[in-house]
Amino acid sequence: MADLTTIFAGIRSPNPFWLASAPPTDKAYNVERAFRAGWGGVVWKTLGEDPPIVNVSSRYGAVSYGGTRIAGLNNIELITDRPLDLNLQEITQVKRSWPDRAMVVSLMVPCTEESWKSILARVEQTGADGVELNFGCPHGMSERGMGAAVGQVPEYVEMVTRWCKQHSRMPVIVKLTPNVTDIVKAAAAAKAGGADAVSLINTITSITGVNLDTMSPEPMVDGKGTHGGYCGPAVKPIALRMVGEIARDATTRGLPISGIGGISTWRDAAEFIALGATNVQVCTAAMHHGFKIVDDMISGLSNWMDAKGYASLPDFQGKAIQNFVHWDDLNLNYKTIARIDQDLCIKCGLCYAACEDTSHQSIAALRVEGRRRYEIIDAECVGCNLCAHVCPVEYCITMVPVESGQPHLTWKDHPNNPSSANFAG
Amino acid sequence: MSDIESRFADAHPPLTHAQAVVEANRCYFCHDAPCIQACPTDIDVPGFIRGIATGNLAGAARKILEQNIFGGACARVCPTEILCERACVWTEAGEQPIAIGALQRVATDWQMAQGEQPFIRAAPTGKKIAVVGAGPAGLSCAHALALRGHEVRVFDAKPKPGGLNEYGIAAYKMADAFAAREVEFIISIGGIDIEYDRELGETLNLAALRMEYDAVFLGLGQTAVNRMGIPGEDLPGIHDAVDFIAELRQAEDKATLNLGRRVIVIGGGNTAIDAATQARLLGAEEVTILYRRGPEHMSATPEEQRWARQHGVNIHFHAAPLRVEQVEGALRILTAGQNFVADTVLKAVGQKFAGLDGVRLENGRIAVDAVHTTSLAGVFAGGDCVAGQDLTVRAVQDGKLAARAIHAFLGF
Repeated sequence: MADLTTIFAGIRSPNPFWLASAPPTDKAYNVERAFRAGWGGVVWKTLGEDPPIVNVSSRYGAVSYGGTRIAGLNNIELITDRPLDLNLQEITQVKRSWPDRAMVVSLMVPCTEESWKSILARVEQTGADGVELNFGCPHGMSERGMGAAVGQVPEYVEMVTRWCKQHSRMPVIVKLTPNVTDIVKAAAAAKAGGADAVSLINTITSITGVNLDTMSPEPMVDGKGTHGGYCGPAVKPIALRMVGEIARDATTRGLPISGIGGISTWRDAAEFIALGATNVQVCTAAMHHGFKIVDDMISGLSNWMDAKGYASLPDFQGKAIQNFVHWDDLNLNYKTIARIDQDLCIKCGLCYAACEDTSHQSIAALRVEGRRRYEIIDAECVGCNLCAHVCPVEYCITMVPVESGQPHLTWKDHPNNPSSANFAG
Repeated sequence: MSDIESRFADAHPPLTHAQAVVEANRCYFCHDAPCIQACPTDIDVPGFIRGIATGNLAGAARKILEQNIFGGACARVCPTEILCERACVWTEAGEQPIAIGALQRVATDWQMAQGEQPFIRAAPTGKKIAVVGAGPAGLSCAHALALRGHEVRVFDAKPKPGGLNEYGIAAYKMADAFAAREVEFIISIGGIDIEYDRELGETLNLAALRMEYDAVFLGLGQTAVNRMGIPGEDLPGIHDAVDFIAELRQAEDKATLNLGRRVIVIGGGNTAIDAATQARLLGAEEVTILYRRGPEHMSATPEEQRWARQHGVNIHFHAAPLRVEQVEGALRILTAGQNFVADTVLKAVGQKFAGLDGVRLENGRIAVDAVHTTSLAGVFAGGDCVAGQDLTVRAVQDGKLAARAIHAFLGF
């Protein structure tokens, strides 16, 4: 049985699965239920200064895809709408009852040193394990000079992080917004300000759809819509890329990362950890299926680690970083060709339609004794993978590496590259 | 709904919107889709299913109805398990095929609920065509002709339209007066008049029709039944299953039909299944189908056989009746093996074309060429009165193709 114990930014938790700062971590009632279900830690829903903000009615928009509910979710809810004192009392009580679980408190206050100093002192008294600075919220708060408005300016990120480190002995995690051109700049600023870790991604600025009857963007509030923060399975690829960038970049390498963005299963979590995250935070999957999903996350990750011979998380943490390279480091002489397993093929012809209409015309649609048959034309196949992706039958189309007889060659050294030493002109 | 009526309610209730979308999204949208080739009316199955998946029900319904104006009936009665759903690549993969019939019903029900059909009639051509038979073949032909601007007069021997859809199919397959509603939907295109109680050879004359109309289509169906040719066949208590089914479909109160406690149905087709299952639903305690050969020869599909068994019908194979005798107020059927006793015997040993003078027949049915032309100039035929599989969907295709041929014959 693999050891899932995690130490992230100095904070210990029995497993790497934390609930992200969001409605599931809004109050003691939910958080205690989550801990009973097995979650390793929580980031308490963002606290702000009193008086509390006011939320709208109608808060989520969702994208269903092909009959699958919540491929993506967006929200226009703000930070906690409960009084600061109440939250602090509950945090104190829950941490006392669950000392082995990570209790991190998300914070967002106006961009003045005094505001941060004052709230940090109060949070410290709760016994919480750390704070997460919400520099990511893309709606509602950013218009008030908080959230993403801070996270989008590296100088502000560094400044506020530094205040927090000066005025608190708690670990400081900086939560980054993906709504920037270069995520590494923001992470580097957090690091320069003394951050113990970063967490990412926060939600992506979005409109989930337009109601074609009322002509209002969704989610709709009394006929009007506004942009919200997008999350859920659809954003995972974006989050993975940003985590990977921070993990491999020379300026941010080694900065602990809490991976967030569409994590629904143990496999998603393992991918984030392999690409450099130390732990992960989950929200949409819990909002979709409830807290009990953590059970399979824990056993799935543990079983996979056992099967791979990883005794603890550091054994595979970051193992994929070295393989996340720039395009011009890829081997141009590597070649694969699609192979169709004719015994598994159900003759749907999706590979043919995709290749014929949109790729390289390298699949033949044949009739053999009246039966459909699809065959790869090896000489035309560029190994693009599209047919394998559209094929509905698992393992039917595989991409098989073929010996090109050519040495490893990257664009950097390619004779067609004008900036290469081998440029042939 | 009374208890007895509820027993004859929809055999397969419609999919909900959510179920339909999930099912539609299972469809792979195959290239050169095998389901299209398996459909006798060439419906673009993946095309209409995509419409359901995307919420384009009008587009979905149009794709179905432009190939098969009886898309609603076919969604209910087509033996999809031997046609499109058998051809589905999910079947090839050894899994549950897409529920094509059920999805077709979603789209066609939606269209009928709109209260209008999606087609607009062409400008009048001034041509008049007589269609004999208001069943699927005749009305399919009539609709396709009316669509092209021709005037169509339909004659039917019965007092109601619909042919077998109205008189010959189990009630639970055509629940809620569907057959009548569908005819109304079809003729709403305009340009179609129907005269009832007009039977060819009785109150209707083919020669006169040929004189009066620019063309004639015969969709006469099979109105005669086969005989078993065994002693005792005409004893009281022995009826034709088709008459029983028709009577049941037309009964104001089904409870008035009494078959007694024990019912024997003789035959191996869908009529035998429909008769036996409905006998059970009426309350007969013991219903047994006697079939002279094995299950593999039964023309009722395995799905139909399963359906009957689920309703408590016994099926005896290799049980060819040799003679029927009257015993103590009941009937005794003797076979080479076991003997059977029944209060009512229903014969379902096949229907046949009743015959027609003056037109060339082939194997007892009207001889036609590839475009449904008979031996008489200007007279076309299709459906069960010509050779081919006796399926609603085939009759619809015949009517559709004959309409094209008539249109061409009229010089368009």
